[in-house]
Amino acid sequence: MSAASPVEVEPTLTPDEITFLAKPWVTLVWDDPVNLMSYVSYVFQTYFGYDKKKAEKLMLQVHTDGKSAVSTGTREEMERDVQAMHEYGLWATMEKAT
Amino acid sequence: MSGFEHHRKSGRVIATFSGFEADLLRSLASQMIELLRNERAEPPGPSADPFEALMVEFSGATSPPDDPVLARLFPTAYPDDEEAASDFRRFTEGGLRDGKAAASGLLIDTLEDAGLPPELNEEGLVIDVELTRAEADSWMRAFTDIRLALATRLGVEAGDEDYWHSLPDDDPRAQAHDIYEWVGYLQETVIEALTS
Repeated sequence: MSAASPVEVEPTLTPDEITFLAKPWVTLVWDDPVNLMSYVSYVFQTYFGYDKKKAEKLMLQVHTDGKSAVSTGTREEMERDVQAMHEYGLWATMEKAT
Repeated sequence: MSGFEHHRKSGRVIATFSGFEADLLRSLASQMIELLRNERAEPPGPSADPFEALMVEFSGATSPPDDPVLARLFPTAYPDDEEAASDFRRFTEGGLRDGKAAASGLLIDTLEDAGLPPELNEEGLVIDVELTRAEADSWMRAFTDIRLALATRLGVEAGDEDYWHSLPDDDPRAQAHDIYEWVGYLQETVIEALTS
């Protein structure tokens, strides 16, 4: 028998970022020579609701590393995100988080 | 050619185009719609699996489009899992095609509502467009699709600007690349207007 411990949920996490799946899925956005850096950052802010700083960090990662994991979650959620990225003309794929 | 601006009083995203510019944008958007409709989930040839052909007809494509532009617009979501990739495509590609065609359609409708005639033969025509934020977002997605199409046809690569600028002015590819850059400029100004 145990008592609930007085642990508080870490308030900086959003429900989307909390998962009990051993291996969640990730949405990857890949670099392409066409889309403008400002546009990619705009899409990350508009669709994911990321602040400018986070959106630009991810955008620069796409630009310099060739790809970036822009969201994490269940398979279904990632399919929705990939579809949204394709709507915006970004080259997105999904895979199991490693 | 000054691109888009945020109009403080109305909150709209506004731009003024010459008749030529508006006609050019309409032509690009029309080509996009034609491309999206033409190769719509074509059933495979007669030698193909009849079941697969039926699936295409009833519920959408399962394999990547042949046209490189369409293949870029509708990337394979699962590069390492053919079956999951087919399922994803079957459930999303039709809707994505409709959405992209609608974005280009809105662009054309806006220009025509603003006074662009079916045939441009008037000199000095000026087209003023005023977009809500949602409409500006849609225009921006249409610009993206047009740029992806032009870039794919031209074979644009990272850092190749010098090559394009070295082509003679009368080279049709140089002209197409100029249009590609112009649409990029327009897109940049929409983003600035939306985030200002």
